[in-house]
Amino acid sequence: MFETFELLTLQQYWWFILALLGGLFVFMMFVQGGQTLLNTLAKNEAEKNIIIASLGRKWELGFTTLVMFGGTLFAAFPLLYAVSFGGAYYVWMAILFCFILQAVSYEYRKKPNNFLGQKTYETFLYINGSIGIILIGIALATFYTGANFIKNDMNLSAWTNHTYGLEAVLNPFNVAFGMTIFFLSRVQANLYFINNLDVSNIVQKARKQLKTDALLFLGFFLLVAVMLLFMSGVAYDESGFKVLEHKFFWNLIETPVLLVGLLAGVLLILYALYITLFRDSSKGVWFSGVGTVLTVLVLLSLLGFNQTAIYPSLGDLGSSLTIENSSGSHYTLTVMSYVSLMVPLVLGYIYLVWKSMDKEKITSKEIESDHHHY
Amino acid sequence: MEEHLVDWSRAQFALTALYHWLFVPLTLGLSFIIAIMETIYVKTGNVIWKEITKFWMTLFAINFAIGLATGIIMEFEFGTNWSNYSWIVGDIFGAPLAIEGIMAFFMESTFFAIMFFGWDKVSKKMHLLSTWLVAIGSNLSALWILVANGWMQHPVGMVFNPDTARFEMENFFDVLFNPNAYTKFLHTIGSGYVMGSLFVVGISAWYLLKNKDVVKAKKSIVVAATFGLITSLFLILSGDESAHEVALNQPTKLAAMEGLYNGHDRAGIVAIGQLNHEKEIGDDKPAFLWDFEIPYALSFLGYHNTDAFVSGINDIVYGNEAQGILSAKHKIEQGQVAIAALKAYKKAKKSGDEMKAAQELQRFRAHEKYFGYGYLKDEKEVIPPVALTFYSFHLMVGLGSWFLILFFFILYFAMVNKLDGKKMLLRLAVFSIPLGYIAGETGWIVAEVGRQPWAIQDMLPVGIATSQISTAAVQTTFWLFAIVFTGLLIAEIRIMTTQIKNGMEGH
Repeated sequence: MFETFELLTLQQYWWFILALLGGLFVFMMFVQGGQTLLNTLAKNEAEKNIIIASLGRKWELGFTTLVMFGGTLFAAFPLLYAVSFGGAYYVWMAILFCFILQAVSYEYRKKPNNFLGQKTYETFLYINGSIGIILIGIALATFYTGANFIKNDMNLSAWTNHTYGLEAVLNPFNVAFGMTIFFLSRVQANLYFINNLDVSNIVQKARKQLKTDALLFLGFFLLVAVMLLFMSGVAYDESGFKVLEHKFFWNLIETPVLLVGLLAGVLLILYALYITLFRDSSKGVWFSGVGTVLTVLVLLSLLGFNQTAIYPSLGDLGSSLTIENSSGSHYTLTVMSYVSLMVPLVLGYIYLVWKSMDKEKITSKEIESDHHHY
Repeated sequence: MEEHLVDWSRAQFALTALYHWLFVPLTLGLSFIIAIMETIYVKTGNVIWKEITKFWMTLFAINFAIGLATGIIMEFEFGTNWSNYSWIVGDIFGAPLAIEGIMAFFMESTFFAIMFFGWDKVSKKMHLLSTWLVAIGSNLSALWILVANGWMQHPVGMVFNPDTARFEMENFFDVLFNPNAYTKFLHTIGSGYVMGSLFVVGISAWYLLKNKDVVKAKKSIVVAATFGLITSLFLILSGDESAHEVALNQPTKLAAMEGLYNGHDRAGIVAIGQLNHEKEIGDDKPAFLWDFEIPYALSFLGYHNTDAFVSGINDIVYGNEAQGILSAKHKIEQGQVAIAALKAYKKAKKSGDEMKAAQELQRFRAHEKYFGYGYLKDEKEVIPPVALTFYSFHLMVGLGSWFLILFFFILYFAMVNKLDGKKMLLRLAVFSIPLGYIAGETGWIVAEVGRQPWAIQDMLPVGIATSQISTAAVQTTFWLFAIVFTGLLIAEIRIMTTQIKNGMEGH
């Protein structure tokens, strides 16, 4: 089936899958958002334990989604993987350090004789949830704003400065993008706690905290949306690359399905906030979850379709990357496409496991009697 | 490219891989031992087995967490530190990593939640299934990463595309069923099973020495020693097959593993020996100060023929006409022609000179086989560090043999119920836990140091595979990794030993 597809079709299919994985990863960032709310929502040690237990049953899936995102990028768009990771070295390394800290903190936090002490592991979780997430947002934003790399005839790349990606934090759009994702993760976390916990004090505080985080998220999101629509982007055709004004605005207009998807995603997030804040619902996380996946899917799709560069070069426009010049071969994308047919199966068992684990809300009693508590 | 960049990039990768490899084998082995223990619980309904299972699960989780922490680096380090590599072979190498994510990581992380938090939320059988799926997921992960690694050791199923300047996959099934990948996979998971068994047997032996949790310790020993004995045998057999693959596809690595300088027929294996450190490639000095050799064994184990010729380091560097072995110098010259032809091809294509491009492409294809050699500056560069490879290999083999003996006696005395009185044997079992880690790490050294200077055997030397970043950047992250991983390792050991000292009660 897939072998009959044009190379461009396979490249678009894989950019879509990557964008979907990106959306799922941003949804899973509610775990990181929750980590930054630990001291805000919990009034005592017992409540902290409940929050950690609630997040601790989900953190690995987010971690796995990040690894999956990296693996897919490597396999489907190896040049993008090579140029970005090999050049924006400090940024990606800083992100990885933040995730190393997360991986041990849940398990080690409360264990006796844990060398660094409980507070240190809680600080690790905060660092992962704040710096880690903001930096991921900044790194993703450079796909729109560009990066300082050049590549030669052999497709081998080099960075044009010695700050290796750190310069991205000086771009207002990149920072605003990072802050948007950070506050979105906190919004999602509040919604998740409201849905997952049967502990009135935490739930009440989460509802209150949601107002602040939602306002900040909406403010940054609006800023990002306006900047994105007015921003120039890099387009390409047979003659080469050129900078086009309002490139992403026109991408939306010329691809109505993306415009509809974006509006639907944003409306779902707003609806989730509305029913939680004004209708006392606890189901908001599901609407905002779907909305988040849809919104991120569209935002990343804006890069990969309509003859747009997915990684503009600020050092040499001709070195810019597109889905066409950075992808795997037709054969490899075909093989990978067959493997991708397993994705519904994976999503299916994840859904069933979550359903069986979350069929009842977490209570204080359950955490106290739990053998393997974090 | 800056001076020492390659060395620091290699050092960082080695550091992260060696740390990661401290935790993965235990995950591979202990996950199956726990699954077996839980199966006994579900079959018999005896709650003591549930308590035993839960105790080992606690230790499993402590180890699993730090394995994840070190593992995430490995995947992204191909991009951060080996970006040229990522482009040149990413079309082949990236696919197994992505498949690993879809098939293994999600299975592991999803069912991990049930394994640890689902005791009272799902049925006994569903819980047992989840425990088995975590074990299978861990091992599937090893399969895919070793398919990728096996391809690096013995590249198959691809073709070089001069237009994109990279290798591209031509046959997925050649990559998937690469014999090198399977022998490495079986040998690697075998080492993990043995490590898991040593861990359970060693800690249980410590309980017996302390007269603590005696019943649970004895039951744990029976399961783990049985598993360990079977898998030790499997480890030796898969090791033999792995060495056979090395002989066929990586003769330089085999020569370094055995410290063999001058190849000959009916070659023997050096069972034990001390290398002569004054020995240089091409001189007449003896390779060993002293050694004990088993005649014919290397020819037999390497080629399954006692008369077979085994090439030595000097044959590989200087060639051996009688055996049809080309010298490294000749290969380097051929490689340089291929590189020049590729550059000329690209230039001709750019200028639209199709006739010239066709000629240069033909010249490239004629010399393509030794393309990677063209990047080497000296013929002696083709030889990996001999002493490190030799001693690591012999230590690994010696320890592997000891584990078989240990499991046999532990199991025998456990079955005749005389283990309590065998204090020395129990102490040896405790002492063998760190030996298991040493055996695992030396195995990694043999596999990875033994194939230097190649990132992809005979095709891509490490020197051109690195990212073009500053040495200072890599040095910075190297020391950060060293500090963070060492700190986390200390934390892991302290938590683990405290849990063990607290005993099996309450689980």
